[in-house]
Amino acid sequence: MAGAGASSNDREILRLEDACKIYQMGTEQVRALAGISVSFEKGSFWAIMGPSGSGKSTMMNILGCLDRLTSGSYHLAGRDVSQLDDDSLSEFRLRYLGFIFQSFNLIPQLTVQRNIELPLYYLGWEARQSAERARELAEEVGLGDRVGHRPTELSGGQMQRVAIARALANDPQVIFADEPTGNLDSATGEQILELLIKLNEAGKTIIIVTHEASIAKHAQKRLHMLDGLIDRIEGKSDDAD
Amino acid sequence: MMQTKIARNIWLGIENLLLHKLRSFLTMLGVVFGVGSVVAMLSVGEGASKEALEQIRKLGSNNIIISSKKSAEEEATSTQHSHMSIYGLTYEDYHRASESFKDIEHAVPVKLMRKDSRLRERAMELRVVGTTPTWFRLVPRELIAGRRLQQSDLDKQAPVVVLTEHGARKLLATESTIGQTVRIGGSQFRVVGIVKSEGGQAGSIQIPDQEIDAYIPIDVARVYFGDIFTKRTSGGDEREKVELHQMIVQVNNESKVEAVAEGIRRMLEQFHKKEDYKVSIPLALRKQREATKRTFNIVLGSIAGISLLVGGIGIMNIMLASVTERTREIGIRRAIGAKRRQIVYQFLIETVVLSTIGGIIGLGVGALIPLLITYFSGMVTVMTWKGVLLPLLISMTIGILFGLYPAINAAKVDPIVALRHE
Ligand SMILES: Nc1ncnc2c1ncn2[C@@H]1O[C@H](COP(=O)(O)OP(=O)(O)OP(=O)(O)O)[C@@H](O)[C@H]1O
Ligand SMILES: [Mg+2]
Repeated sequence: MAGAGASSNDREILRLEDACKIYQMGTEQVRALAGISVSFEKGSFWAIMGPSGSGKSTMMNILGCLDRLTSGSYHLAGRDVSQLDDDSLSEFRLRYLGFIFQSFNLIPQLTVQRNIELPLYYLGWEARQSAERARELAEEVGLGDRVGHRPTELSGGQMQRVAIARALANDPQVIFADEPTGNLDSATGEQILELLIKLNEAGKTIIIVTHEASIAKHAQKRLHMLDGLIDRIEGKSDDAD
Repeated sequence: MMQTKIARNIWLGIENLLLHKLRSFLTMLGVVFGVGSVVAMLSVGEGASKEALEQIRKLGSNNIIISSKKSAEEEATSTQHSHMSIYGLTYEDYHRASESFKDIEHAVPVKLMRKDSRLRERAMELRVVGTTPTWFRLVPRELIAGRRLQQSDLDKQAPVVVLTEHGARKLLATESTIGQTVRIGGSQFRVVGIVKSEGGQAGSIQIPDQEIDAYIPIDVARVYFGDIFTKRTSGGDEREKVELHQMIVQVNNESKVEAVAEGIRRMLEQFHKKEDYKVSIPLALRKQREATKRTFNIVLGSIAGISLLVGGIGIMNIMLASVTERTREIGIRRAIGAKRRQIVYQFLIETVVLSTIGGIIGLGVGALIPLLITYFSGMVTVMTWKGVLLPLLISMTIGILFGLYPAINAAKVDPIVALRHE
């Protein structure tokens, strides 16, 4: 693809090159990302780790097309998206990406079914088809019997399952999860992790931010951040970097 | 496809509004009253103008009515005993007027007097109208029985009378009464016809006919009853001499009415020492009515406009609060891939649905008010299509106008910030 650098290959899905994100706080500058270059392969499972304030969420927002770089470039599925406008970024999120958040971020006044249907609504699906798909997805995350419930009637683990089902609705290439187990007990967290592993085995690229080593150890790669820079990248114990 | 999509979006909007039923209802109230007052205003206004037109029609819009009246000086002296007032229009005035203006199509002299009348054993006071057959041209009323006055009645000075519906009914005069004799002020008249009347008051100008009229040839009136009338008052008898009480003139073209009236005024001024006449034009009345209606509309219109404005601001206020409350929802939708304009659209649909439903309820309320007005005051009110469609259009416009700002605010929400929002 145009602009592809030496480090790119056909398995690549995301690539940051000298990515900088600088927040201007009055006269002071906060370098949340201070020049990061990294490439993610299709179907890989990454854990991003690091101390608080090291820039993990900032990186996720950039990768998730929710925010734009101050300098550097970002390629998604072979296209440079660093210069795109708001509408085009929305379009990319809608077609290629799925999000899971620490605090679930379900819309409380909508039923489970309607929450899962949301991406399909914006994709312009017809009501009947999207209802059908939402039910399938609810089934897939083990909540087939809860489609009519409101999020407030569910447990944390169940809410996160709904969020995963919603993230899957548009059949995304990459799923981003910012501390998906942060608000869950460890047993429930394990279950959510298992779901993510299953999705990864089905071919989805998964990038999660986590503090917990027990979660991170299941990832193929662990990216450690420090002060807006990559501290180190570890592979699974067998192929350490 | 397009339609189902819009229908779905509207339905989603309604669902959202139903989540806060009371709030949505209260928000709507402003529009309900605003639209209600517009609807009521339009139908009352429409009714008033219809009524005014109806009155003008009865008076005849091409007519000029010249009436005799006591001049101010005469009014002051007439309280004295055994004084005879002489005032008003003369036969001479009538001839002069009908001959000197080429734009006058018809002119009718009118002599008015109240006389006790008797048909067999029934008696009542009638208003005797001495006039010419032309009267019935200028004051066209439906013929119920018999015939109207004719030129031959005038030529022969025939003692004939045409009664009016109400008077005829009181005297028990029916179709079979035609040809019988009625006694009016001591003289015998043959009943030749009965006509309808539309009597009543039309503002300051009296409609020419009354429901107790009895029409007789003018010369007969003059010969039988003379020009001198005695009025019995508490202070004694009051005598006055009046040749003609009224003169009705019809002009051939509406645009010339005012010029002719001015001409007549000038002519009378020349021949009367005192101002013992009054020239009035139904057309002027109409113009005055239209002017009043305009002010009326402006006043009511601004009241309705202000209440709609208040309603709109109410909606805007609630929608702004709703946007803040739903910041997180907006963030979620944006993260999932909703474009800014889709967020604008979502909120706009909610306000338009809100204001339109408010408008429909307002239409109901507004349709009820005129009914009540008509019921309690007898005022005529008219509902027109314009009166229904316009308020609905206005309420939708209000929704768009006042919903746009909150909706744009909603779309400005930064998803990253919104998702952190608690
Ligand atoms: N909108 C913002 N305006 C200014 N500074 C910001 C903004 N967002 C993040 N930062 C700063 O950027 C740096 C990185 O923040 P970030 O949220 O990416 O950290 P993190 O690694 O996700 O931390 P945590 O583990 O606590 O979630 C921090 O110093 C933070 O204060
Ligand atoms: Mg973070």
